[in-house]
Amino acid sequence: MEYNGSAIIAMKGKNCVAIAADRRFGVQALTLSTDFKKVFQMNERVFIGLPGLATDVQTLYERFRFKTNMYKLREEREITPSTFARMVSSTLYEKRFGPYFCEPVIAGLEKDGTPYICTMDLLGCITTPADFVVSGTASNQMYGMAESLWEPDLEPEELFETISQSLLNAVDRDAISGWGAVVHVITPERILTRTLKGRMD
Amino acid sequence: MSDRYSFSLTTFSPSGKLVQIEYALNAVAQGVTSIGIKATNGVVIATEKKVPSFLVDDSTMEKVSLICGNIGMVYSGMGPDARVLVDKARKSAQEYKKVYHEEPPTAMLVKEVATVMQEYTQSGGVRPFGVSLLIAGFDDTGPSLYQVDPSGSYWAWKASAIGKNMINAKTFLEKRYSSTMEIEDAVHNAILTLKEGFEGQMTESTIEIGIAQLEEITTKEGKKEKVGRFRKLTPSEIRDYLANIA
Repeated sequence: MEYNGSAIIAMKGKNCVAIAADRRFGVQALTLSTDFKKVFQMNERVFIGLPGLATDVQTLYERFRFKTNMYKLREEREITPSTFARMVSSTLYEKRFGPYFCEPVIAGLEKDGTPYICTMDLLGCITTPADFVVSGTASNQMYGMAESLWEPDLEPEELFETISQSLLNAVDRDAISGWGAVVHVITPERILTRTLKGRMD
Repeated sequence: MSDRYSFSLTTFSPSGKLVQIEYALNAVAQGVTSIGIKATNGVVIATEKKVPSFLVDDSTMEKVSLICGNIGMVYSGMGPDARVLVDKARKSAQEYKKVYHEEPPTAMLVKEVATVMQEYTQSGGVRPFGVSLLIAGFDDTGPSLYQVDPSGSYWAWKASAIGKNMINAKTFLEKRYSSTMEIEDAVHNAILTLKEGFEGQMTESTIEIGIAQLEEITTKEGKKEKVGRFRKLTPSEIRDYLANIA
């Protein structure tokens, strides 16, 4: 997890959810690029953030893309975030004794529009908190920020501000994550995506 | 010896028919009649329970089987073949639950079972299943009723009948079926349809009924929720329905 470094956070709002990630790709202390994708859209209402070993991030994304596409063709419906989370969990547990080094964060809206967020460990053990989830090398810092900034029933724009501030200020205290960020706010009507500039040092 | 019969026994006749499948359908047509009716708020499947001798303990006989929480099925044709399919269907349902932690949609389970039945028309050393199935389930899309045949083809029905009396029963259902019917009426009609061409006395021990409908359950978090559930009617419930008919 500390080899490439990453920071991903998701938050619940009022009829909306947000997920944000840093954009750094580096090998230990050496930063190689600042436009690395760690959050992926699975469908109109489901996003997954994959912090951890960069090679596993990309491998897992391809696997989940394959699996959700197959699900859509087979079942003729879109996968819901809670079902998707279970699928991610079983995919990780399949590699119980040689795991992917990744602790995913999932954010989305259920069929009835209720917000859903969760995270899991690298073996697939799911936790579904009521407020926010964090994962990656800046977890401790993000906990501190989110714990003080988050409040219930935030509107999409307020949620955007909260999650952005939590992430940007957390990664300033972590040497191997940061260097810009991307934020997605998912509402029933639309998806708001913004890339943020951060401290580049 | 083992490789001598490893070619498929189901082969095309010069006219393009697969006679093995037609024979399988004949086996089904000799089987005991089963009925399925879809209502607005549920599905019912019913069958006659026929024992070869009155010395057989009929309380142990089971023709309507629970596949998973929200799906059940009944067969017409050869009992032992049906048992194999019930086992495979249950296993397939559990595999779905293992991955997604939720009950499979009826259509998915039907597809799995139909795939198995199709494989037995094309594989070496096997014969097609001598059964037709009626699969009833309740999922996010509501109630649904499917029929699966030995060829592996399947259809969704509003009401259907399989087995010995299927022609008459279907004519009867065409007359009785209404799209606004609720589950209580559907059970009533299923019994009436079964009664046409029923040999002997119809009692709670000579018929079996299963229904899929919404039921209230308490979740692990202690919340009350309505979910699709399949259950068999108890002999006393069947007795009540029968009392209303007579």
